[in-house]
Amino acid sequence: MSVVLVDGGGTNLGSVRYALQRLGVDASLVADAASVRAADHVILPGVGAAAPGMARLQELGLVETLRSLTQPVLGVCLGMQLLFDASDESDTACLGVIAARVARMAGAPGARVPHMGWNALVRERDGALADALRPGDHAYFVHGYAAPLGPWTVASADHAGRFSAIVQQGNFHGMQFHPERSAAVGARLLKRFLEL
Amino acid sequence: MLTRRLIPCLDVKDGKVVKGVRFRDHVVMGDIEELALAYREQGADELVFYDITASPEGRRVDRAWVDRVARAIDIPFCVAGGIRSVDDARDVLHAGADKVSINSPALERPTLVDELAAAFGVQCVVVGIDSLRDDDGQWRVRQYTGDPSRTRALARRTLDWVREAQSRGAGEIVLNCMGSDGVREGYDIEQLAAVRDVCDVPLVASGGAGAPQHFADAFARADVDGALAATVFHSGAIAIPDLKAFLRAQGVAVRP
Repeated sequence: MSVVLVDGGGTNLGSVRYALQRLGVDASLVADAASVRAADHVILPGVGAAAPGMARLQELGLVETLRSLTQPVLGVCLGMQLLFDASDESDTACLGVIAARVARMAGAPGARVPHMGWNALVRERDGALADALRPGDHAYFVHGYAAPLGPWTVASADHAGRFSAIVQQGNFHGMQFHPERSAAVGARLLKRFLEL
Repeated sequence: MLTRRLIPCLDVKDGKVVKGVRFRDHVVMGDIEELALAYREQGADELVFYDITASPEGRRVDRAWVDRVARAIDIPFCVAGGIRSVDDARDVLHAGADKVSINSPALERPTLVDELAAAFGVQCVVVGIDSLRDDDGQWRVRQYTGDPSRTRALARRTLDWVREAQSRGAGEIVLNCMGSDGVREGYDIEQLAAVRDVCDVPLVASGGAGAPQHFADAFARADVDGALAATVFHSGAIAIPDLKAFLRAQGVAVRP
């Protein structure tokens, strides 16, 4: 099985790679279209802002490649947000795999933004990754923008309003939280993705 | 619902976890990965590593241990101490740390906060603040608290600095209340609540934890997002699973 991590310049590349190593998988870091296309599983990690994230993918000439992949793809955190049509963050056009827009989290008294910490995952529908969820699962989130609920929502979380925590659109999957930093829950979800 | 975070803080010197009065009489407590994993197993929600390795003038501190910790644990961790530039922060973040915490260097040069937020996003940028109440009743910031011979009081009021740090791009504030630090008689609820009022980003309480009730008070009365402690965890006086059970019984949301 070949797993590649798309080098989108995010600072969590190392952490995701180590999480995969703990599962016995040695993922390679790639930045070219041919290597991405050839992989069995493609992971798009990401930390930072949407605009530089997309700029980096454009620079590498990976936008069309990523959109047209047919093998299992996993976007993590910003990587998940980039699967959507666009983000309100600097009004950035994204990959357009999921037809919705990522918006700034509103927050509320007592619900600070950025949303930072462990929050409960609530299963919303069936899906490959939903099979790996158990009641009471919590995952580690760090983000200020979030994707709305929709048919793509496999699991939600609530922080002054519900948002998509796990998404799926065909072979494209996404996790808004950091599975690489979500202890046993994160490891279980990553393992499930690698089994697809 | 977002849960409240329990955050053990470990002092690191030359790649080993140490305890003792800062900058003297250090006793090595053990191997950094083993201790980090032990806290992860206990259910710590996050770890802070405070690197107290003295940095020789103009030289980078060896932080190979950050990479080792990132390989070993699967909970988030923050590195504090000695980060004075975007390059320093990049080394630590690329090695696998989730956040960097800056304190005295941000007071020397507040634009460092802007630079880090622009380079890595606000979610990576924690501003640590050491604060003490002065005779006139105002809380003010202290600088270079790691070294008692260099510590100095600034004219800057704590609440002003909290506001400024946020506007520059701090994604989280750790408030160390020096008046209660090391005394183990509870967090400084009055000060934390005052800072909470002006702090719209996550706030972590530090300084004074001695008993489970102290954590409950910080969460219930000062509405902090996380509580940091060192001695009570390291000594075994409070075990994290017991603390979580206690907090849950008090109605505080904690991670199972």
